[in-house]
Order: sequence, then structure tokens, then C-alpha cells
Amino acid sequence: MVDGLAEKKELEIYIHIPFCVRKCAYCDFLSAPADKETRGRYVEALKQEIRESRKLGETYEVSTVFVGGGTPSLLEGRQLAEILRELRDDFSVREQAEITVECNPGTLDGDKLKSFRDLGVNRLSLGLQSAQNEELRLLGRIHTWEEFLESFRLTREAGFSNVNVDLMFGLPGQTQKSWRDTLNRVLDLEPEHISAYSLILEEGTPFFRQYGERAEDSHEKSGQETMAGVSEKKGAPREPFPGLPDEDTERQMYEDARERLEAAGFVRYEISNFAKPGRECRHNLGYWRREEYKGFGIGAASLLGGCRFRNQEKLGPYLQGQFAVTDWEELTPADDLSETMFLGLRTRQGVRLTREMRRIYQKELERYQRQGFLLEEKGFLRLTDRGIDVSNWILADFLIEEQMFDI
Amino acid sequence: MDQGKIRNFCIIAHIDHGKSTLADRIIEMTGLLTSREMQAQVLDNMELERERGITIKAQTVRTVYKARNGEEYIFNLIDTPGHVDFNYEVSRSLAACDGAILVVDAAQGIEAQTLANVYLALDHDLDVVPVINKIDLPSAEPERVIDEIEDVIGLEAQDAPRISAKTGLNVEEVLEAIVERIPAPGGEVSAPLKALIFDSVYDSYKGVIVFCRIKEGTVKRGTPILMMATGATAEVVEVGYFGAGQFIPCEELSAGMVGYLTASIKNVKDTMVGDTITSREKPCQEPLPGYKKVLPMVYCGMYPADGAKYPDLRDALEKLQLNDASLQFEAETSVALGFGFRCGFLGLLHLEIIQERLEREYNLDLVTTAPGVIYKVHKTNGEVIELTNPSNLPDPSEIEYMEEPVVSAEIMVTTEFIGSIMELCQERRGNYLGMEYMEETRALLRYELPLNEIIYDFFDALKSRSRGYASFDYEMKGYVQSELVKLDILINKEEVDALSFIVHSGTAYERGRKMCEKLKEEIPRQLFEIPIQAAVGSKIIARETVKAMRKDVLAKCYGGDITRKKKLLEKQKEGKKRMRQVGNVEIPQKAFMSVLKLDDK
Repeated sequence: MVDGLAEKKELEIYIHIPFCVRKCAYCDFLSAPADKETRGRYVEALKQEIRESRKLGETYEVSTVFVGGGTPSLLEGRQLAEILRELRDDFSVREQAEITVECNPGTLDGDKLKSFRDLGVNRLSLGLQSAQNEELRLLGRIHTWEEFLESFRLTREAGFSNVNVDLMFGLPGQTQKSWRDTLNRVLDLEPEHISAYSLILEEGTPFFRQYGERAEDSHEKSGQETMAGVSEKKGAPREPFPGLPDEDTERQMYEDARERLEAAGFVRYEISNFAKPGRECRHNLGYWRREEYKGFGIGAASLLGGCRFRNQEKLGPYLQGQFAVTDWEELTPADDLSETMFLGLRTRQGVRLTREMRRIYQKELERYQRQGFLLEEKGFLRLTDRGIDVSNWILADFLIEEQMFDI
Repeated sequence: MDQGKIRNFCIIAHIDHGKSTLADRIIEMTGLLTSREMQAQVLDNMELERERGITIKAQTVRTVYKARNGEEYIFNLIDTPGHVDFNYEVSRSLAACDGAILVVDAAQGIEAQTLANVYLALDHDLDVVPVINKIDLPSAEPERVIDEIEDVIGLEAQDAPRISAKTGLNVEEVLEAIVERIPAPGGEVSAPLKALIFDSVYDSYKGVIVFCRIKEGTVKRGTPILMMATGATAEVVEVGYFGAGQFIPCEELSAGMVGYLTASIKNVKDTMVGDTITSREKPCQEPLPGYKKVLPMVYCGMYPADGAKYPDLRDALEKLQLNDASLQFEAETSVALGFGFRCGFLGLLHLEIIQERLEREYNLDLVTTAPGVIYKVHKTNGEVIELTNPSNLPDPSEIEYMEEPVVSAEIMVTTEFIGSIMELCQERRGNYLGMEYMEETRALLRYELPLNEIIYDFFDALKSRSRGYASFDYEMKGYVQSELVKLDILINKEEVDALSFIVHSGTAYERGRKMCEKLKEEIPRQLFEIPIQAAVGSKIIARETVKAMRKDVLAKCYGGDITRKKKLLEKQKEGKKRMRQVGNVEIPQKAFMSVLKLDDK
């Protein structure tokens, strides 16, 4: 049939490994320590889930793979190999596909990295967060700066030429000085990609309990001055915790990162992501551009055939081969447009304005451009630097409802 | 029916002294209602009333009591509203009675409202029968309270029943006292019809149900009637009396009786409380005295939070008005709030009740502007404007002078708090009229106070400064000339009409400063720095600044979990929806109401 000859559509694959050595104090990802046997059974279940999706392979071919977590590098090289082999058995993975594995310092060795290379992994993402050991300790990280240096050296030694380093700012006890020092130390290593995330206090984390009142202030309470000290919530540990930097300092840190990294030849291609030209993370860009992706593993999200859904999050049923899906959402034209805007505007490239967008968002476009939060250039709309600082406020106005779409 | 066997009476009391409980007991003990039928408080049958523990709409019930002398008596218990906002309704209810039971709490003694109600009852020549309630309380001092009643009011009270309405203790003595001490009604059955309207409710099947006391003559089905003040006419369809919680039709109502009539009347405005019903064929010479048109005293703007709900709000107000002739409203437009209504109320409680009913029964989300009184603006061209909306104040150059309403207030307070209460009245621009000692430890303070100063939070302030011991009552006195100015609020340099209000020039600065501070708390940080200013005319008298939002950004989307991010933004958008856009600034709804609570510490 003609169909069989048609070019296959692109699909991004996300594989979730929900295991880590120890939960960090700020982390609310679906991740927890687990014993060796559980990890083994999880790998088996993952393979089964991938196998059961092989029908997708008839219409799609894989353009990127991202193995995230948790700490995927906690798996043995053999286990990751089995997973990727399964994927290649069921899907055709493009030759030039970007294949990323998230790694944490302290879980890598030369052999493991070599096996990654052999499997076609061509991009690594290292979770460093900070170059200051005291900050790492407060975050609850399992490694030191020195251990990270060793891991980074190993990745280069194993031949990885596309490496990301994850950093965080706005941390307890962090100062502008310590942040600049972190940036400088990392830049000295010349990674290809740096993610610089502002610390978010997520509910249910020790950090939220410690600093959480502040997390609520984004709108309702933002009239108050940011408290630099420690909120005194009942039941919170009374051990002295250093305070969070105030909002002005936090924004200054972001600004410092942008300046410093751009000076070093990095481009901020998304709110929190910096890359050397050509080294942008294609997988993540796909999220912002609303390309289709399929997630495997518990809690993994997918966008497929105009629908968003997520795998259920419980490990028990998953290990027994029950791959139930939750939060199923069929996207309407209004959803499509809303998402195109609020995702696309996160990127430096921005959103190519269509006639429909100009009509529907006339008011927002006019107002926010006049006020200097948005900028249109060569038909593309993007956030200005000031717009990025307050992007949620602005992006919220780009969510539309069905009836607005019909007018 | 033998007039001699009828007793028309009401119960008067200070709030919480046990009026409704005693009414329940009377209804229960006269046996027309089984215990099963008893709701917790039969008379207070509006949900809202029950929650607030006060009676808003006067209600009435007829029971039959078999007295110790073996005779059966008809008791018409006419309930009276318990709040100063409804003073006129109280007076009309009293006019329908021949006697009153005065309930006084054995622990609290006489309060300001007790006095006000007793004087009102005595004005209507009612025989007042004192009853000491709550004698089961450990703190009860019935003998002291009896002395107080005799000393302060001058009522013989030595043999007043000492009861506990709650437990039913000695309530039978009250029933006997009603028979013995409250006079039977008079009135000539064959005279021309003369009936007093003391309440009415709208029923979608029967039309308006008019509650009346027949003073003279007889009314029955087919009687053509005339409402003497409004001029409305109708033909009676049904007459009857008040069973507990139901209307019981009967043949006729005649002089001395209390009951209801229906006549396919479509609007409660035709049956104003206090009006006299007579027969069109054989009219009486003179209407009953005391009728007056009740006018709203307090005005505010009410706006639907969601502009699309404007027609719903109009419908709801119309429905409420069917039962509440004292509620007034007319359409108005605000730059800040869009389309809404300027509504007039008898007082702040009335306002709050209507607001709650709109929100609860009609599911409307409202933005309410600061309540104000009616000012009289005398213009240089001789014209006099009654100002209910500050935005309509003419240019100062056109104003000769302004007047504001004042009330005469009576505050009863224990002596230790006299100082702080006088201070409060002073702050509220009160004019000291005098003080009397009720007994050694309690005094009655008399003040003239601007109505504007008491509609907001005077009652709360009174309670807090007297640790709950002060009680308060007032009545309208008239208008006096006053130095008044319009205080405007500018947000981001734009005047927000819905926040303007009229204030005495001497307090303008203080109020302006407090409002700016309050608004600074209420208005969330936005994309820009927002100045909040208070101005009188073109002069800025206070300023605060809401700093620009520094940061509102989501760093990361994990593993393509876009849905979570979208939900976050949706939540944010919902929050924005609940705000009003004024120029570039989004103002939360509650900011409009918050200016009322300036004295919150």
C-alpha cells in the first residue's frame, strides 16, 4: 500500500526512571530510592510497555530519546542497554537522533559511560546544581563539587561531546558572589549546554515546609516584601536554615547568568536553557514546539494524536504490567492555540504570529508590546527580558476558552 | 368570636434575651403544635434569620390557650423585628397589639434596646407585662433586675413571672399573665372597616398576603377594599388567621382580630406597612394614625462580579423587592465596575441581609461599594440635590453648602467604660446631649451622631471598647449642615469612581491615608509600580505605592508535563478574572469592600 511508503512522522520518546539514591530536599519529581530487585522489575516492565506500544512504530520514527528521572544513571549499564535495545526493536530510531541520559555525579564510572556510548547515547545531562559544597549539602545532594569534576572528566574521557550541566539559583544561603563563582567554575569546564533553573518550592517537599509561605506569595500575597528569613511554621525543624535570597537578588542572579553565559558564547534559547549554537536540546525544544512525544514509565506524560495523557504514577501496578493512563485530555483548537502561545513564548525564537493569533490576542499583543513585555520581530513574537521575569502573569492571558475562539 | 377572649400581644426584648425562645414555648404550651412539628425556633423561619439569631420579618401566630379559669382564649402573638434598622416595622407591629410582654434577661438586666422598645410600646398605650427570663443561669439576679425595671422604667414588676424559656420553667405564669393583664381588644364590629397593615408577604399563587389587625368593622371574601395611603384597590379573595407555620382560611375577620387577607394584589408596594385598609363601599372617615413611607437611609452600589450576570442581579433584586418594599434600587454605571445598581436600605444590617440573600439564594457573586447616607446638597442656584452616589456630587463651585443626616443615639454602658465610649462618640463627631445614671454602675449616654459615622462599624467599635457591655439604639433626627468633601481614590493616576466617598473634611486626611494603606495591602503586585493616592478635589492628601512584581516565572517543565503548567496558568487566570481592570491595574473585588473595615487592627 502507498501508506507504507509514506514518510513516517517524528516522535520524541521520554523514558522515566523513578529511582534515586536519596530524595533531595527540593525535589517533588516522581522518584524515590528503591532496592535492586525493584529496579530490575521496573526495567522489565518498561520493556514490556515499550513492546506493547510497538504499533506506534508503524507510523512514527523516533527523533529524540530522553531518559530522565530520578537518576537514570543509577541503573546498571546492562539495564539501560536492554531498554534502549527494546526501543530499537520496536521503533526505528533515526540515525541522527538525539539520545540523552540524565546522570548524577557519584553514579558514573568509565565502564558505564562507555556502554552508554555503545548504545548510541550522544548527550548527557549532569545534575550539578551548585559548585558550592555547602549549598549542595543544604539541597540534600549526594555529591560534592569534586565528585562532579571527576564525573565530568569521565564523560569527556568516554567521548561525550554534548554535555549539559544543570544549575540552580535562588538557593538557601546562596549569594550573588557564590552564584557567580558557580557559573565561572562551570564555564571553565566548557560544557555545551547549561540549564539554570530558579529554585521552585514545591508542595510536599522539605523545602516547601521550611520556606513554603513564600511559595504562596506569587500572586495573592505578593504585595508584601519578600521575607529573606525563615518562615516559622509549626512543626518545621528549628535547625538554623539560611534564608532564601530575596526576589531582587534572585532576579539579579538570573540576569548574571544570562550575561555571563552569553559572554561565553551561550545562547539563551529558552527561559532556563543556554546552549552553544547548534547544541540546543532538541528533545526539550520539541516540548515547547508541541511536537508529538510518548512517555514510558510511571507518571510519564505524552502528547499524541492531539491528546495529552499521563501514565499512572503507582509503582506496584506498573510492575505488574498494568500500564493505565490518567489525565486524558483531547485538545481542542482553543487548547492548541493556548499551548502554542504559552509554550512557544518560552523560547527565544518565540511564536510565529498567524492572522488568527493577531485577531484573538489583539488586546494582549497591543498592551504587552506597548508595555515592553513582548516584542514582535520579523513576524515572531517573544518575551523581552523583563517579560520573562513575569512571564506567568503574561502567559496566563494567552489561555483562551472555546467560545473566544469561535468569535 | 367573643372579643373578650382575644389577646393580641407581642414580645419585646433586647437581642438575645430570649424572645424567640419564649415565643416557641408559648406556641408549644398552648398545644396547637405537636412537639414533632416544632422546629428549633418556629417564628424565625428564614434560614438567614436562624443563622444570625435575629428576627427580620415580623411573623405572627394564633394559638388557643385554655386558661386556669377553664375558658379558652385566642392568643395572637405578633412577632416584631429585633433591630433598629426595622424600627418602623416594630412600631407598626406594636400598633397591632393591645399589650406587650417585656422579656428581660435575669443576668444582663435592662439594655438600650429594651428601653427603646419599652418606650415605643408605652407610646402605643400598650400594657407592658415584664417577665424575667433565664433565671436558671448561675449569674441570674432576678431581684436586682426587678428593682431595675421598677427604677428605670417605672413598671410594677414585683410579681413578674420569673421564668426559664429554655426549660419551660414557670412559662405557664406568663400565659396566665397574658390572660389577666393584657386587655381584650375593642372596636365596633358593625362600624366601617378599619384595618392596620403590619406586614405583608408575596406568594406566587395568592399574590400579596396582607397581615392586618382589624380595628373596626368586618372583612370577608368579596369585600371591596381600599388602601387609604397608597390608594390601591382590590377585592378580597380570602381571609384567615395564622396557624403555626401555615395560613388557615376562615369566614371573616372582625374588629379585634388579627389575621391575613389576600386580594390578588401583585405588588407589596400597594400594601405598605402602616397603611389603613377600609371598605370602598363604606369607607371610614379617618385612616389610623402613624403611617409613614419608609425611606432608605443607606445606599451603596451593587455590581455583579461577572458583568454578564447583570440581568440575573436585576431579576433577583426585583424578586426580593416583591417582599420588601423598603428595598430600593436603580440602574447605574461605574467606570470601574460596569453595570450595576444603586441600592437603598433601611440600614447596614438590612444591606448585609440583602447582600447575603443575593449571594446565597440567587448564587450571585457581588462587588459592593462603600455604603453611604443621603446627603443634601444645596446648590448656589437654589436647587437641592439628594445625593446617594458620591460620583454625582456637583462641582464644588456649584455647591452652596451640604447637609448630612444625624441620629439621636442612646448608649447604655457600665460606668467603667463611660470614658472610652465618650471618646468613641467624640471621634465619630458626636454631639454630647446628656447622661443619666440608671443605677450605680450603669449609665445612659445620649448623643447626637452623624448617621454616616455609625453605619460602618460603630456597633463593633462600641462592643470592643466596652468589652461587650455597651448597648445602643438610635433614631433619625434630621439633617444638619456639615463640612463635607468628596474623597477620591486614584489608582495608577486614574480615579476609581467606585471607591469615592463623602467624608467630613476634618477626617478626610485620616480616612484617605488609611484607605491608601488598606488598598496597598489588597492590591497584588502587578507588572508596574502602582501609585495609590487619595485626593480631595485636585489635592492629593495621601499616597502609597504597590511595588512592581519582580518575579513570576516557572523555571521548568518536567518530562513534558505540560498539563501541570497549564493548570497553574489557568489558576492564575481565574484569579485575574476575579479582579476588576481599571486602566492597567487589576483590582481584586474585596478591595472595594475592604475600605469599610478601615479600623481593623
